[in-house]
Amino acid sequence: MATLTYRDALNQALREEMQRDPNVFLMGEEVGVYQGAYKVSRGLLEEFGPKRIVDTPIAELGFAGIGVGAAMGGLRPVIEFMTWNFAILAMDQIVNSAAKMLYMSGGQIPLPIVFRGPNGAALQLSSQHSQAWESWVSHIPGLKVVAPATPADAKGLLKSAIRDNNPVIVLEGEMLYNIKGEVPDGEHIVPIGRADIKREGSDVTLVCHSKTLSVALKAAEQLAEQNVSAEVLDLRSLRPLDEAAILESVKKTNRAVVVEEGWPHAGLGAQVVDLIQRDAFDDLDAPVQRVTQADVPMPYNKLLERAAKASPEKVVAAARRVLYLE
Amino acid sequence: MTATARRPKDTAQSELHLRMLRQMLLIRRFEEKAAEAYALGKIGGFCHLYIGQEAVGVGALAALRDDDYVICSYREHGQALIKGISPNAVMAELFGKATGCSKGKGGSMHLFDAKRGFMGGHGIVGGHIPLGAGLAFASKYRGADQVTVCIFGEAAVNIGAFHETLNMASVWKLPVVFLCENNRYGMGTAFERVAAVTDIVEHACSYDMAAELVDGMNVLTVYEATRRAVERARKQSHPTLLEVRTYRYMGHSMSDPLHGVYRTKDEVEEQKARDPISHLAGKLKDEGIIDQAALDAMDSGVQAEVEEAVKFADESPDPQPGELFTDVLVD
Repeated sequence: MATLTYRDALNQALREEMQRDPNVFLMGEEVGVYQGAYKVSRGLLEEFGPKRIVDTPIAELGFAGIGVGAAMGGLRPVIEFMTWNFAILAMDQIVNSAAKMLYMSGGQIPLPIVFRGPNGAALQLSSQHSQAWESWVSHIPGLKVVAPATPADAKGLLKSAIRDNNPVIVLEGEMLYNIKGEVPDGEHIVPIGRADIKREGSDVTLVCHSKTLSVALKAAEQLAEQNVSAEVLDLRSLRPLDEAAILESVKKTNRAVVVEEGWPHAGLGAQVVDLIQRDAFDDLDAPVQRVTQADVPMPYNKLLERAAKASPEKVVAAARRVLYLE
Repeated sequence: MTATARRPKDTAQSELHLRMLRQMLLIRRFEEKAAEAYALGKIGGFCHLYIGQEAVGVGALAALRDDDYVICSYREHGQALIKGISPNAVMAELFGKATGCSKGKGGSMHLFDAKRGFMGGHGIVGGHIPLGAGLAFASKYRGADQVTVCIFGEAAVNIGAFHETLNMASVWKLPVVFLCENNRYGMGTAFERVAAVTDIVEHACSYDMAAELVDGMNVLTVYEATRRAVERARKQSHPTLLEVRTYRYMGHSMSDPLHGVYRTKDEVEEQKARDPISHLAGKLKDEGIIDQAALDAMDSGVQAEVEEAVKFADESPDPQPGELFTDVLVD
């Protein structure tokens, strides 16, 4: 096992998959000469050359669509968005072209493409650069969506995404690139559609993904000090959801808190709550609680920003509510 | 050079012209039948007809190899037929039947035949322009010498995707022909009312791209211009913007009026006097390549083919209920 940053784990995944399959190429802003805005593509231009590491103009709609066309033509593009905030400009291509191509062609044109980049708020980047888009992309049939929280999952899920014959959205945590973790040596694949219990517990399930894994783990530590045993379930895949894993955990703990970076209204967590109330109703000892970003655009001020974000304290408070400790 | 030596070329050319005439007639008769079927409720949703614009699709596609890609907007019945999808499979798709070229899941706006390089039928104005460049990117990446022809209407020129794509296609020297079918109206809006630059061909200057303005009512000029552009793409890997001026006789879609608030009946009639089919038929008659009897026979043959397509579509089964959930993802 090597200890890698999340960034280098993604870099390894890209490098290995590009070595494995000559049809895989990376396209996006600053991916080549500049080595990536977040250095995920560091060294790749030198190894693979400008044919396969393609610097683009700032034209998200255009290069996302060119990626979709290239996939129609038999290639396996990896399209990097500098952040998902800018990918909104490409939503027509992701939704109307990539997600629907197979269906509206009656199964003739599979679309093996990866759209990836940092998602969620960083620090004091204000409203337009601090957004979590998982509920948008997870809404769309025809897409798969993953949101890894650890270096090992980042590598394994990106490799799965590149090998998948469907369009896959990879939401990387903008605050996670520097975190370190152990990554198995050799071929390391994490299948899409499987959640992972990151901490076992028996009193309450904390459902999380991406950056909220660290929030949930910190909350679980604090709860342990209060003699509450919290299970931390990392969704990893948002579409398809690992429904069996969610239900199994809730059946064990009988209580759940769903944590996400996005806004509450029509958020991804609402989908998880829907599943739990429908298929685990008789196992529940309390209504499920959600912890989300405050229902406002992200403010710039540091204190206001902190107040807007999901935090361990908010998760602990929600867990105490479902345990009727408040 | 003797007359005998010239003959094979003349024969080949006559055959090409006769083939193009028949193809235009096929589209015309097919679309007339589609309009009838729409009125009878056999075809639902949006249905955008190509009547009046036949010379564009026929002339352009005559310049292509079988393995070249064609990608279109939602006004694509004609191009689909010329790329080799059978009238049966196109009509069945319009009828939403399981035997349609997209299994009844795409409909009029989403005709596909990947094996023949017909890459759709796309419904968002301008949304398929980057896809066309992407297909060309793939060909170039693989070292193949396929060319992509990407066909869109003039209204798509006001969309950002058009400009982003032309820029990248030029920077990366992609083997693609952007063919703008300027039929003068985006639905009911005259192009000059919403475009600062009305000679679309001028947009090529912004992207350092070759361009040509083409009479879209003359199938032979469309063919020649496309041939030059295709050769530029295939041999030099340079993109081209073609502005092909044409005219649609019908409303924007079957739900829209032929004329009225946005154009006059006189204007439509005036344009019909430049009809591309009559134009080529007249020329071939003048050259002694076809006579009225042969033309009538050709028309009867085409009409029979279209009648058969309607019968086939009508008698074909609907998709099985289970088809609802297939083709969302591949395994």
